Amino acid sequence: MNKPLLTIGVTGLNAIDSPGPGVAVIRGLREATSFDCRIIGLSYESLEPGIYMHDIVEKTYQIPYPSAGMEVLMSRLKYIHEQEHLDVIIPNFDAELYSFIKLSDVLKNMGIHTFLPTMEQFEERHKVNLNAFGKKYNIHVPRSKSVYSVNEVQQLEKDYDWPLVVKGKYYDAMLAYNFDQVKSAFNKISAKWGLPIIIQEFIHGTEYNVTGLGDGSGNTIAAVPMRKQYITDKGKAWGGISIADKEILALTDHFLHSTKWYGGFELELMKDKNGRYYLLEINPRMPAWIYLAVGVGQNIPEALTRLAMGWSTDAFTSYEVGKMFIRYAWDMIVDLKEFEQISTHGEL
Amino acid sequence: MKIKNNIAVSDNGFVFNPGSGESFTVNPVGLVMLNMLRKGLSQSKIVATIIEEYNIDASSVERDLNDFKEMMRQYRLMQHDDE
Repeated sequence: MNKPLLTIGVTGLNAIDSPGPGVAVIRGLREATSFDCRIIGLSYESLEPGIYMHDIVEKTYQIPYPSAGMEVLMSRLKYIHEQEHLDVIIPNFDAELYSFIKLSDVLKNMGIHTFLPTMEQFEERHKVNLNAFGKKYNIHVPRSKSVYSVNEVQQLEKDYDWPLVVKGKYYDAMLAYNFDQVKSAFNKISAKWGLPIIIQEFIHGTEYNVTGLGDGSGNTIAAVPMRKQYITDKGKAWGGISIADKEILALTDHFLHSTKWYGGFELELMKDKNGRYYLLEINPRMPAWIYLAVGVGQNIPEALTRLAMGWSTDAFTSYEVGKMFIRYAWDMIVDLKEFEQISTHGEL
Repeated sequence: MKIKNNIAVSDNGFVFNPGSGESFTVNPVGLVMLNMLRKGLSQSKIVATIIEEYNIDASSVERDLNDFKEMMRQYRLMQHDDE
């Protein structure tokens, strides 16, 4: 039987030391059993490794940074769609999601499907709103406060114990053990990601992560918990193992059921010494380690694509426990012509 | 207290807790103790078996076994009997 052929645009091709999820997502799509696919890479910079991985990415187009505005992005997507006839786009960066969520109806009218959280879901899970989120959905979260000036942190010293976690609006987090370190972290992170900065109470414990997929009606389509085994200096997992933890799965079900979450996600959790889980962060997209989920039997990129297309999709009910992923770096040899092509023409 | 039911132990003494993702290694004596604990054998039976197999005095075995169990408890590899 012939399988349908889908043309899928994927962002996050920066498979670097702090990797975007794109390449891992593409590997899942390539292994999909219910459809074949052509992958169109959507890149921001000329040195994103995925651009040059021609065995898994058919063609790549550069797209404008979110700061260029939605009209510029839309115009570029229209051009790409004219060339490639995209069926689905899977955005993989937090910072670009706002634009893609806003444009999702327009894209749908053009025949391009997405499966993204609603704007309300996207906003309320934001780090800045995590306290309110925890209260609304009855989920333990560490206390945190958004600050616009480093001096505001001095007032928090009364309520919070050291160390404090200093977090950027979109990315980056640093641990600070005194006020001088807070200042340094505040300046570094705000210079990169802007304000506000989030100051969060530090929870001592063991970090766990879970990735999954919600169908938008409160059902869990997929959920795979993982413990990081090897963490880079940027806090990224370089190795991890799938685990069986009923509490994490119950927490994930509760999150999906109560928020009616649409799309892929990652929950970052901390288990304290009393065994209580705290939700540290909700990433509104698949994580860079999503291929572990594929490897243990839950092809989340495939299931997400099916949901985007409006196809019926069964929930996964099991996965292999005790499977590890170990990331590695791989030097590709690239002809200068290719670099020139993507740099000057914006496509390769 | 008993060893958690879901703990995986290989013949080489590699111990994996699927609930937490943690892994450990035990030496050959530890492996013998662990396997007997998993089978639910009594303290006296485990001590007697170790004495017979390793030709060692009872008080040393008892002390080591108690230390071993305490370590297993600290690493959250044990659960209450009714769990």
